Amino acid sequence: MTSVTMWFEGYWPGLKGEVGGKAASLGEMTGAGLPVPPGFAVTTAGYRAAHDAADLDATLARLLHELDISDTAQVSRVCSEIRDVIRTMPLPGEVEKQIRHDYSELCRKCDVEDLPVAVRSSATSEDSPDASFAGEHDTYLWIRGGDAVVDAVRRCWASLFTDRATCYRVEMGYEHRSVEMAVVIQKMVRPIAAGVAFTLNPANGDRSQVAIDAAWGFGEAVVSGEVTPDNFLVDKVLLEVSKREISNKAHEYRLTDHDSVEKAEVEPERAQVPCLTDPQLKAIAALAKTAEKHYGCPQDIEWAVDADLADGDNIILLQARPETVWSKKPRQSVTGSADKNPMASIVSTLMNPLYARRD
Amino acid sequence: MADRFPSPFDIETPAGAEGWQDMYVYSSLFSEARREFEDSIFWFQDGVHWPKVLTPWDATFYEFAIASLSQYNTRHLQVPPANGIAFRILNGYGYLTPVPADPATIEARVENFMDRAGFYFMNWNDLYDKWMVKIRDLVKELESVNFEPLPEIEDADGVVKSGAGLGSGYQIQENYRTLLDLALKLWNYHFEFLNLGYAAYLDFFGFCKQAFPGIPDLAIAKMVAGVEVDLFRPDEELKRLARVALESGVAEAFAVGDVEQTCEILKGSDAGRAWIASFQESAEPWFNFSTGSGFYHSDKIWIENVEIPFDFINDYIVKLQSGEDLARPMEAIRAERDRVVNEYAELLATDEDREAFQGKLGLARVVFPYVENHNFYVEHWSHSVIWRKMRQLGEVFVKEGFWSEPNDIFYLKRTEVEDALWDYYVSWATPEPPAGPGRWPGIIDKRKGICKALATWKPVPALGAPPEVITEPFTVMLWGITSDSVSAWLGGGDAKEGELRGMAASPGLVEGLARVIFSPDQIGEIQQGEILVAPLTAPSWAPIFGKIQATVTDTGGMMSHAAIVCREYGLPAVTGTGFATTNIKTGQRIRVDGNNGVVTVLD
Repeated sequence: MTSVTMWFEGYWPGLKGEVGGKAASLGEMTGAGLPVPPGFAVTTAGYRAAHDAADLDATLARLLHELDISDTAQVSRVCSEIRDVIRTMPLPGEVEKQIRHDYSELCRKCDVEDLPVAVRSSATSEDSPDASFAGEHDTYLWIRGGDAVVDAVRRCWASLFTDRATCYRVEMGYEHRSVEMAVVIQKMVRPIAAGVAFTLNPANGDRSQVAIDAAWGFGEAVVSGEVTPDNFLVDKVLLEVSKREISNKAHEYRLTDHDSVEKAEVEPERAQVPCLTDPQLKAIAALAKTAEKHYGCPQDIEWAVDADLADGDNIILLQARPETVWSKKPRQSVTGSADKNPMASIVSTLMNPLYARRD
Repeated sequence: MADRFPSPFDIETPAGAEGWQDMYVYSSLFSEARREFEDSIFWFQDGVHWPKVLTPWDATFYEFAIASLSQYNTRHLQVPPANGIAFRILNGYGYLTPVPADPATIEARVENFMDRAGFYFMNWNDLYDKWMVKIRDLVKELESVNFEPLPEIEDADGVVKSGAGLGSGYQIQENYRTLLDLALKLWNYHFEFLNLGYAAYLDFFGFCKQAFPGIPDLAIAKMVAGVEVDLFRPDEELKRLARVALESGVAEAFAVGDVEQTCEILKGSDAGRAWIASFQESAEPWFNFSTGSGFYHSDKIWIENVEIPFDFINDYIVKLQSGEDLARPMEAIRAERDRVVNEYAELLATDEDREAFQGKLGLARVVFPYVENHNFYVEHWSHSVIWRKMRQLGEVFVKEGFWSEPNDIFYLKRTEVEDALWDYYVSWATPEPPAGPGRWPGIIDKRKGICKALATWKPVPALGAPPEVITEPFTVMLWGITSDSVSAWLGGGDAKEGELRGMAASPGLVEGLARVIFSPDQIGEIQQGEILVAPLTAPSWAPIFGKIQATVTDTGGMMSHAAIVCREYGLPAVTGTGFATTNIKTGQRIRVDGNNGVVTVLD
């Protein structure tokens, strides 16, 4: 039997069926050197064990027997009852133990007691819409502590039996007892600083540079344009910072004590200083470069420096998507006719020295 | 902000330096005769090679070097846009100006340049092999030049009966002329390849900047730079000798800290004697290495001042003992260079671009060994021999009472040395008392006073009206003179309080305490972890680079020898700041940003 859980680092493509699309993608990124927030998945084996231990088959057979999917009141009542059963079913000892063990391990890695995590479903079948229906209501943020985590896992499982998903299966003649679900448990990012990065210079399309915009706290401030971010250019090959413009970053989005995000003023002395160190800039540029290589085209990424992770491991990739402005333009060759004849080229260089020494 | 620098004709003579003009040949001075020309153009002080006052004889290399450069641009190769560099001496310091070619002649020059330079590029490796033979032969010739006091009577067999019809009196004069001829020949050889090397480099440089507008200059330098460079050999030899000392068990001898005692101890054992033999093998030629630019008789040369290499060797012994690995990781350096090249190539837009990139890089790499290596053969090795021979001649005059110490000879102009030799020859031939002992001590004393007074004058970085943009390629590359640095000089260097701008010559960002050093003699003051601030640095300072965190210089461009060595040793460097030694004091906390060419005083 497959293990009950899988750390993102332990992913290989053979596990995709047991961990679902989301966990597979996180595992693949981790393996490719794209550091997503750390975490693990509860596999379908975990679900299956719980399913069998609670004898869900019998419950499902009893409750779904003669379900009339045109009777929405009945559907709603029945599905709600099934979800209640799942939400309250006891877990087999080894499943619960493993989830709690991995969660404590994650807390230990981040050196935070009752580490806040996000708990999300991870669909196991791309073709069947079961799980994607289930995906409608199955993300739980700021979950703290082993009990709450186990509870959130069960709630994710329960979302297999939303009204829509259930009706769909009846309509298509699919077996309810064969559906399965994996669940992702992942650290909530607590950013010291965050922002975006492009794997080219958006001002002139220079592919040898990574452009980084960064501000204190959560990335919303940068993305929404509420704060003028620090702006950096890093050479993609040498990973050296070639330009830095430090702004007055007057506001930031930061966490309150009760796990919500608030907009706050930044103390003047902190507002004026760079929100990233050179090693952090290099790490972000390296991350952007890895993403570009992995996806095979220029990227526009969101990243954060996590407060709970150790230096060297604290740059987190939140999102990567293709860059769209320069990538759409055809790339221009810079080789002129003179460049093909070395002497003509040297003469042209001497006659038209083009090098401006600084931008 | 001023829009021009002072006129050379408005610069006052420092008190006590009156009559300084008599120390130099008239053609090297600003003069009423060509005032209109001299006042219409822009001159910059060459602190890269001549940061200190030139004594009269030392002006020889200055004049030979720049004239040779000009001759190649203008008369040999016909570099299309650039004629030569005009040079002047003002208050003892060298000022240069690039002279552009007449636009009307450019078309014809292009044709000639394509033919002549093209031949060099096509046959580079053969010609460079020949150059190596020529330069080694030249050093041999220099070594064979000797200056001995004239004999009481000529040797019967060797001279009289040889049938040569010539004697020592003729020979000593010929030897001096030979020395001068060889020095001029040396500088002709120096510029046979240099500007062509830069031209090929600039062609690759320009292509990279076009493909990647933001590419750091030093990334380009890194792709072209050689892995094994002769300029680093002296330092490698020191490391080798430190290893040999440890392996053969004689390392303790170096801990006593006194060269003579160390040598005594070494001579006392077989292993020690073997080490000395090994040292002598390294010393010729590699310790013909100047602590300065090689252009001053006062720069110390390792082989004449063995305490310098001995101290460095001792430092390396200590490092080896503490487990440090001094070996340069050649494979890793090569692999890193390949990685950088491959990654930029991959980022290019088209295969056509990649082909052009590789072609230009290939040519730049063919020519670059000359650019990197010539400095050792010319300014260090050959110059060291010439300084030694001149001191030998100076000693002859000391014996005859012309002056009191060998180095006094450098207070004579090169033509005056011929006069003194003539005087010596005639008085030996007659015999009669020479006139020199009554003449030269007074002149030398006066000139020493003038040089001292001139040394207190801080040379203005430039003179006259600057052009709107500085585009002359060699000026930018070799001297680091750019439109930016000129406007910084015009602003007096205080554009932003506590901030200096220069060339981002070697990457990295560090903070630390400054150690301001004005001459190589102060190298010993540098403490572990300090930031070196100096008018310029010489390649021979490399052994202290293990001690310091970063380097800041007043002068120098991306390709100045200091920049090359800093990159090699992985130290952040900002060069060509203009005012670092003026604005920074020892002990101040400073930040050096080698990525952006900015130095900030934090105190």
